[in-house]
Amino acid sequence: MSTRKRTILYPQHVQLGAKIAEFAGWDMPIQYQSVIEEHHAVRTKAGLFDISHMGEIEVSGPDALTFLQRLCTNDLAKMCVGQVLYTLMCYPTGGIVDDLLVYRLEQDKYWLVVNAGNKDKDWDWINEQLTLMHREEQEKQTVELRDISDEIGLLALQGPLAQQILASISIESLEELRYYRFIFTNLAGVDALVSRTGYTGEDGFELYLPVEKTPFIWEKLLETGKDAGLGLVPVGLGARDTLRFEAGLPLYGHELTEKVTPLEAGLEFFIAWQKDDFIGKAALLKQKEEGVSSKLVGFMMIERGIPRAGYPLIKDGESIGEVTSGSFAPTLGQNLGLGFVVSKEAFIDNEISVLIRGKEVKAKVTKKPFYKREVKK
Amino acid sequence: MNYQYPDNLKYTEDHEWILEKEGKGIVGITDYAQHSLGDIVFVELPEPGQKVKIGDSLGVVESVKAVSEIYAPCSGTVRAVNENLLADPALLNDEPYAAGWIAEIEIEELSDKLLTAKEYKFLILEKAEEG
Repeated sequence: MSTRKRTILYPQHVQLGAKIAEFAGWDMPIQYQSVIEEHHAVRTKAGLFDISHMGEIEVSGPDALTFLQRLCTNDLAKMCVGQVLYTLMCYPTGGIVDDLLVYRLEQDKYWLVVNAGNKDKDWDWINEQLTLMHREEQEKQTVELRDISDEIGLLALQGPLAQQILASISIESLEELRYYRFIFTNLAGVDALVSRTGYTGEDGFELYLPVEKTPFIWEKLLETGKDAGLGLVPVGLGARDTLRFEAGLPLYGHELTEKVTPLEAGLEFFIAWQKDDFIGKAALLKQKEEGVSSKLVGFMMIERGIPRAGYPLIKDGESIGEVTSGSFAPTLGQNLGLGFVVSKEAFIDNEISVLIRGKEVKAKVTKKPFYKREVKK
Repeated sequence: MNYQYPDNLKYTEDHEWILEKEGKGIVGITDYAQHSLGDIVFVELPEPGQKVKIGDSLGVVESVKAVSEIYAPCSGTVRAVNENLLADPALLNDEPYAAGWIAEIEIEELSDKLLTAKEYKFLILEKAEEG
């Protein structure tokens, strides 16, 4: 008997013949046809992902903003209702608890969308921090937390044709919806929160739905996307990973861990230094002043070989770091990697080696992201 | 899932096949193996002239997500390798029993654990049942 969790779309995945495997405690579809074909579909047409395993935590109340400002590195005070913000949560050491999206639903109501594998850990961490804040300020409970993960189904519709496909079942055209904004709308009779966000490097949307209506919208979208000759296909976590990897987007557990700081991971853009104190600020400021000892870089194989997470990175016979993610990149047709190296080796065109099955295989540091879509003006 | 198990081949429990003819053996990976791996994007081949023992590594096959070693189903000397795979590893997905062959070995001794098509098929069906 499997103790793994399943999303409400599990029967649909099985029926589509998906290869199912464990991810973050969930039985998830890894691929339906071929990872590479699914990857290309998202880059050239559109793909539909079930990402209902992600966690959603609602934070509300008069002090919600004050609390979240303590918890997150980015500046949530700048957000208007209808906006989405990428941020990190850090430990006092500066190490990363999780990376997440914050949605401002109302003046005093936010959703935090967190990694599936971190949800329970995040929930405990956030509750602990709230207890601490209330104790320090000797105040009554003015922030309410709710784990709403089980109430929400989450689909990602990604690719250059995503808008056209979504518009055909939406009461809005969605053309006006800007990047990192969201609206409440109606999709084929179902109330939904739709944001222009994603994890693929393409244009696209994420659809937050009442969990019981999620299979209906999943099927409706696949039908619509197929009928209209738009080439929409279901896409598994395999291609989700190659897509985010090409787009240089970090993945918790690989590029981000509790031992890695946002500065080392190249995410300083998401630290709001000007903000009042936030958890981890002192440690991060100190690290910024002293300089980081290792940095995340992208690299490209010069000789034959595919870098994989955990392989050592070498320069002049000495270990200089480790691969965090590596793959054949389907759109670029190259073998690429992300990894941490000591700061002095983190410069573009630096020739390094990856230790693959005991052999040093040549690579060179290159800029990230590896892939960037052309944005229509 | 319906995989192919040609009758004229012998199989290993690690999902290699060998076609034995006049003291030489052509080796590859099975239809089940290529399907489990998914899109194959990289192959490392043995060197012609290389001597191998039963169970030695004959090379590596990598899909987008997985790295998988190929084990020698016999001892002997590698006589030829399929260099087409270097430029087009997807041949292993498309034709695992033909254009996707990996190496030809001059056989000294065959592994005594080789399976017939029927036995190998039984092993795969058992695996499927275990889920």
